[in-house]
Amino acid sequence: MTVLSYRQALHDTLRAELQRDENVFLIGEEIGVFEGSYKITAGLLAEFGPHRVWDAPIAEEGFTGVAIGAAMMGLRPVVEIMTINFSLLAIDQIVNNAAKLRSVSGGQVSVPLVIRTPGGGGQQLSATHSQNLEAWYAHVPGLKVLAPATCADAKGLLTAAIRDDDPVLMLENLALYNTKGEVPDGEHVAEIGRAAVLKPGRDITIIGYSRAAIVALDVARKLEGDGISAEVVDLRSLRPLDRDTICASVRKTSRAVIVEDDWLSYGTGAELAATIQEGAFDYLDAPVRRVAAAEVPLPYAKPLEIAALPDAGAVTRVVRETLRGH
Amino acid sequence: MTDPAGTDMTREDPAILREYYRQMALIRAFELRAAEMYSRARIGGYCHLNLGEEATVTGLTAALKPEDYLFATYREHGYALARGADPGRVMAELFGRTDGLSGGRGGSMHLFDRENRLLGGYGIVGGQIPLATGAAFALAYKGERGPDAPAVMCLLGDGTTNIGAFHESLNLAALWHLPVVYVIVNNQLGMGTPVEAASAEPDLWKRGCAYRIPGQRVDGNDVLAVRDAARAALDRARTQRRPALLETVSYRLRGHSVVDPARYRTAEDTERVRREDPLPAFRGHLIAAGVLDDEAAARIGAEADKAVAAAVDFADASPAPGVSALFDCVYASPPPGMYRGLPGDPVTGGGQA
Repeated sequence: MTVLSYRQALHDTLRAELQRDENVFLIGEEIGVFEGSYKITAGLLAEFGPHRVWDAPIAEEGFTGVAIGAAMMGLRPVVEIMTINFSLLAIDQIVNNAAKLRSVSGGQVSVPLVIRTPGGGGQQLSATHSQNLEAWYAHVPGLKVLAPATCADAKGLLTAAIRDDDPVLMLENLALYNTKGEVPDGEHVAEIGRAAVLKPGRDITIIGYSRAAIVALDVARKLEGDGISAEVVDLRSLRPLDRDTICASVRKTSRAVIVEDDWLSYGTGAELAATIQEGAFDYLDAPVRRVAAAEVPLPYAKPLEIAALPDAGAVTRVVRETLRGH
Repeated sequence: MTDPAGTDMTREDPAILREYYRQMALIRAFELRAAEMYSRARIGGYCHLNLGEEATVTGLTAALKPEDYLFATYREHGYALARGADPGRVMAELFGRTDGLSGGRGGSMHLFDRENRLLGGYGIVGGQIPLATGAAFALAYKGERGPDAPAVMCLLGDGTTNIGAFHESLNLAALWHLPVVYVIVNNQLGMGTPVEAASAEPDLWKRGCAYRIPGQRVDGNDVLAVRDAARAALDRARTQRRPALLETVSYRLRGHSVVDPARYRTAEDTERVRREDPLPAFRGHLIAAGVLDDEAAARIGAEADKAVAAAVDFADASPAPGVSALFDCVYASPPPGMYRGLPGDPVTGGGQA
């Protein structure tokens, strides 16, 4: 184990996969000469050259489609879309081609593609640059949507995504890039489609993914001091969704709070709450609660931005309320 | 631009000319039969026919080498046939049967034949253009170049030149020197909208100039002119990695899809359809050139009808896919825990204590 930042774990994984397989190449805006908007690809153009690291013009639909076409031919493109907000320019290619080619071709064509893209607010980037649109993609059969919260998973899930034969949307998060954690040395491939229990507990289950899972973990650790034993489930994968792990946890604790950075209505938490009511109905001692973003285009002004986003205070309050409910 | 009038038939191999006619006749027979099968509810969904485009289909596919890749639109039955797909398997796909090219999962708009390097028909207008550009990217990535290197042909319709994906793709192909030939199959109508009402530059072959991509317009009813222009563009793509834009101009014999009565057409248009029909025109040229006689032409027509009848029989005999196969082909590596419920099935087990 080595302590690395989430950013470094992603960078090292890209480097290792570029070294391992010459069919792997990177493509995206400003990933080469500029070394990436968030510096995940720093140094990779210099090391691997322009044949493996492609600076694309501002043409998300075009270069994402090019990557899908290249994947149909057996290459393994790793696309960087600067933020998930810009993926909307490419959504037709992702939803109508990447997700469907295998199906409409009757299995003749596969799309071994990875799209890396960060979501997340809290950086005062305002309404168009702070969105969490992962549920849009998690809704679509044919795609896989991964959302690592820990630095170990940043490595393990990205490695798995690049080696997977299906199109994978790899959700990163602006607020996680500088976080640090232990990362296994050497080969580390996580299994796609398994949630992780980040912290076991007896009294309540807090479920999150990406940044929200880290918030959940922080809250759970603090609550230990008050004698509250909270279990934290990190989804790691939104599609496929590991319903077994979620339901098993809630059957044990009988209470659940969901933390999500996306908007409440029709968001990820809605799917989780529906899953829990069906998979653990008789075990529930309180309604399932959701801590999600306020339903507004995220404002620029700091006090408004802070108020609109889920944080540890809101999660702590909702956990306590849920524990009081019978 | 080329002037296709007066293409010299005497310089062509008569056997190859007869083969072109045979292919055009097969496409005509297949599409007429598909329309009939649609009206008898054996084919569902949308069904777009190549009627009136037989010379374009045959000319373009004649220019392709077996190792080249073709990306098509949703109006692609003829291309699948000309690329070498078995007519029975194409008809079975239209019928939604297990022996269809895609096992009945794609239907009329999504014919894929990997073996013959047909990488799909596409239902979203222009969706194939970035993909074809990406296939050319992969060829360039693998370093193949020269007169024997494979290239990519990407079909699109006249209306498609107005979407963003077209322009983004042309820019990328020119910027990165990709071996791809974009072919605008201009049948003069985007559904019911004439080219002039949709494109500020109705000379569509000029639309690559912003990307320094050479353009050319040919008569889509002239199979040899289409073939020669496509061949030259493909050769340039193979050897120089220069993308090209080719516009073939023909005219749809019928509506946008089988269910479209084409009421937007004037009587004059309808007369033009008859006058410009490429199949009898090509037959007339071949007979005049002594390559074909009435008897041989009739025989080719009869053989096409027979092949299509056999295709219908084959499709009829092929079983419909079983529901147990519903979740096949969604993923190459189906993940553990992938939900495979039918509507109303429980999502999780064990909700009750």
